[in-house]
Amino acid sequence: MALGGFLSRLKQGLSRTSEKLTSSIGAVFTKRRLDDAALEELEDLLIAADLGTAVAAQVIANFRRTRFGKEVGEDEIKIALADEIAAILAPVAQPLVINRSLKPHVVLVVGVNGTGKTTTIGKLAQFYAEQGMQSVLVAGDTFRAAAVEQLQVWGQRTNCPVVSGSHEADPAGLAFDALTQARASAADVLLVDSAGRLHNKSALMEELRKIIRVLQKQDPTAPHSVLLVLDATTGQNAIQQVQVFKDMVDVTGLVVTKLDGSARGGIVVALAEAFNLPVHAVGVGEQAADLRPFDATAFARGLVGL
Amino acid sequence: MFESLSGKLSGVFDRLRSRGVLNETDVMEALREIRLALLDADVALPVVRDFIAKVRERAIGQEVIGSVSPGQQVVKIVNDVMVDALGGAGVVPINLNAAAPVPILMVGLQGSGKTTTSGKIALRLLQRQKKKVLLASLDTQRPAAQLQLQQLAERAGVSSLPIIAGQTPLQIAARAMDTGRREVFDVVILDTAGRLAIDATLMDEVKAIRDATQPAETLLVVDAMTGQDAVVTAQAFHEALGITGIVMTRMDGDARGGAALSMRAVTGAPIKLTGSGEKLDALEDFHPERVAGRILGMGDVVGLVERAAETIDEAEAEKLARKMAKGLFDLDDYASQLRQIGKMGSLSSILGMLPGGAKLQQQVGNANLDTKMLKRQAAIISSMTKAERKNPDLLKASRKKRVAAGSGTTVQELNKLLKQFDDMTTMMKRMNKMGQKGLMRQGLSALMPQGRRPF
Ligand SMILES: Nc1nc2c(ncn2[C@@H]2O[C@H](COP(=O)(O)OP(=O)(O)OP(=O)(O)O)[C@@H](O)[C@H]2O)c(=O)[nH]1
Ligand SMILES: Nc1nc2c(ncn2[C@@H]2O[C@H](COP(=O)(O)OP(=O)(O)OP(=O)(O)O)[C@@H](O)[C@H]2O)c(=O)[nH]1
Ligand SMILES: [Mg+2]
Ligand SMILES: [Mg+2]
Repeated sequence: MALGGFLSRLKQGLSRTSEKLTSSIGAVFTKRRLDDAALEELEDLLIAADLGTAVAAQVIANFRRTRFGKEVGEDEIKIALADEIAAILAPVAQPLVINRSLKPHVVLVVGVNGTGKTTTIGKLAQFYAEQGMQSVLVAGDTFRAAAVEQLQVWGQRTNCPVVSGSHEADPAGLAFDALTQARASAADVLLVDSAGRLHNKSALMEELRKIIRVLQKQDPTAPHSVLLVLDATTGQNAIQQVQVFKDMVDVTGLVVTKLDGSARGGIVVALAEAFNLPVHAVGVGEQAADLRPFDATAFARGLVGL
Repeated sequence: MFESLSGKLSGVFDRLRSRGVLNETDVMEALREIRLALLDADVALPVVRDFIAKVRERAIGQEVIGSVSPGQQVVKIVNDVMVDALGGAGVVPINLNAAAPVPILMVGLQGSGKTTTSGKIALRLLQRQKKKVLLASLDTQRPAAQLQLQQLAERAGVSSLPIIAGQTPLQIAARAMDTGRREVFDVVILDTAGRLAIDATLMDEVKAIRDATQPAETLLVVDAMTGQDAVVTAQAFHEALGITGIVMTRMDGDARGGAALSMRAVTGAPIKLTGSGEKLDALEDFHPERVAGRILGMGDVVGLVERAAETIDEAEAEKLARKMAKGLFDLDDYASQLRQIGKMGSLSSILGMLPGGAKLQQQVGNANLDTKMLKRQAAIISSMTKAERKNPDLLKASRKKRVAAGSGTTVQELNKLLKQFDDMTTMMKRMNKMGQKGLMRQGLSALMPQGRRPF
């Protein structure tokens, strides 16, 4: 993925996201005194972007300290708001760095149902291929109907081998075999798909831990990354999701999908506050090329409509 | 992580206990808490505003009744308004009132659960209504989507439309309806690709499919974890397609599910079904009372207990509770229950305090519970021997005649009473199995045998 022009592509991806927020801010702030009522309206706008009540209140409290009573125009308020949010996001904007000496760098992809895990694996495989790295995909979702076939299509699209087993095969055993193969072929990345699971189902969470345990029999440092894929339309429950997945499988970073939709993904701000986990990338479509690095400033500006 | 709303509210109201009437200032303070609770539960902001306005109207000027705390009282109002807003009357079935094959169109955002729900609905229609269902995937976007539906059809034991590569969704829809007619299917479920409401091209595509097939149901499938975007998405789909019903998936998670309220509010379409798992049988009817309790994170059992304590003889109530817990509830206890109900006179208002109680309240109202009937039932029981009261199974034909004659009633009335008693003990067994927690989570209506009157 060429990094040049990425900002504008991200903005394009996020522009629809921000339309609503933009127009409402515009309506509120065409030069106006930043008084209590105005601040409350701003807070509501952040809440409507899924930041959550606590984080929205905190952002606005900071705002109040520095800007209360000032006469402000629309752009000024947007820039300031974006800066405030970008400051929260900046520490978590970290790309996923593949360690090429590991051969393979094992990436386990987890998350609740339907968030975009399998698609994100396809996108990552594409991204690494463009950087000259060879990925091996593991069809670790042996539960859902046609999950294996879905990943196989992504293997064809990205020219990557897919290791798969039979329906309802043990995903841990499968991951183990795949690691053996990937080591033998000196692949750069091993991308392990997993079935979607709700974080409150402990048996399913245990199954994930087992995948990790079994991988570690072969490589005690594996998995080198555990990516939690989060759907941008998710509301406050995302906090619970991240908490449990983090506790159970040591999530190392997040990927936020479906940011091309009307959801604003403000929950990412709350997550950054609560967990300080790296956000590696965002999904902005269903195709292989629709993955972008997560950029705090661009995201924050997109969020407020700049 | 959420303090329950009733906890927060009783905090707000603690210092106001002595006051007799809820005034505007008290209510405003409570409304702020309610607003936060709703937003934390993912109810969308504009919907929260309307909701708060309704609660405010109902709460101001209300008298604070006896030992029921003002907090509990406001919580009850919130619960009532919520149940109303979620659809009130309860279950709305899938509409199959159209010429066969009846088309059902499944739409929604990517990954919301459309394909899985298509399989679930097919299984339900097959099992419960013996319908001959054809599943057809119009998803030419997602890799292996058609194969996914085909495999689900196999698991459900229904037919799926043969996959022909290269056809457009509109062509597949036409072929599905054709096959449906030719092979005499009752229902054709059209599963579509996930799409963003802001994707004009794909929204036009699904509009064309709708126009071509004239579905009896256009079901919007949404994820219970959805946040504030619920209103935007629901509105856009509704404007484009005229949604006839909503399916909420992933209710087996621990999201509070405020999106249910948002979606219902902006579309006016009933929430018809909920998904509670990945397996094909994990599909349930939508119960407004249960979801209301879930969004609010509470069920007002405390309120019920407080209220009941005012009217029920305490010693007797305790004895009853012990017996209920042990599953030893007999006809003597039933008779004592009847006396208590007669004394309270206002059973229905107490039921209204429970999650799910509003519906029961209505059912009780419908059942025309009059004191005359209570007295007759008490008379029937008093004409039984001690052994019969402990073990109603003893009551065979000749004994029944004796009891009816003794109490000046009929065998028919006696049978009715026995049936009610039966229902009640079943309910209590369920209550014991669920425990306090289950009761709070699911609401009282979870205990009710479907479609039957409790009393
Ligand atoms: N618009 C949009 N759609 C996406 C994005 N990422 C994934 N999707 C779509 O979301 C749907 C679900 O994606 P999957 O990759 O199958 O999700 P998953 O997490 O693997 O799902 P399960 O394995 O069933 O839990 C598919 O229709 C994808 O095309 C994105 O960034 N934007
Ligand atoms: N836990 C749980 N998972 C569900 C439920 N309904 C669907 N799922 C899962 O959610 C994921 C996505 O479901 P799909 O049926 O593929 O969703 P879809 O809307 O057809 O997705 P696209 O066609 O890609 O837009 C799968 O992993 C399903 O097993 C539910 O009620 N509970
Ligand atoms: Mg998957
Ligand atoms: Mg689908």
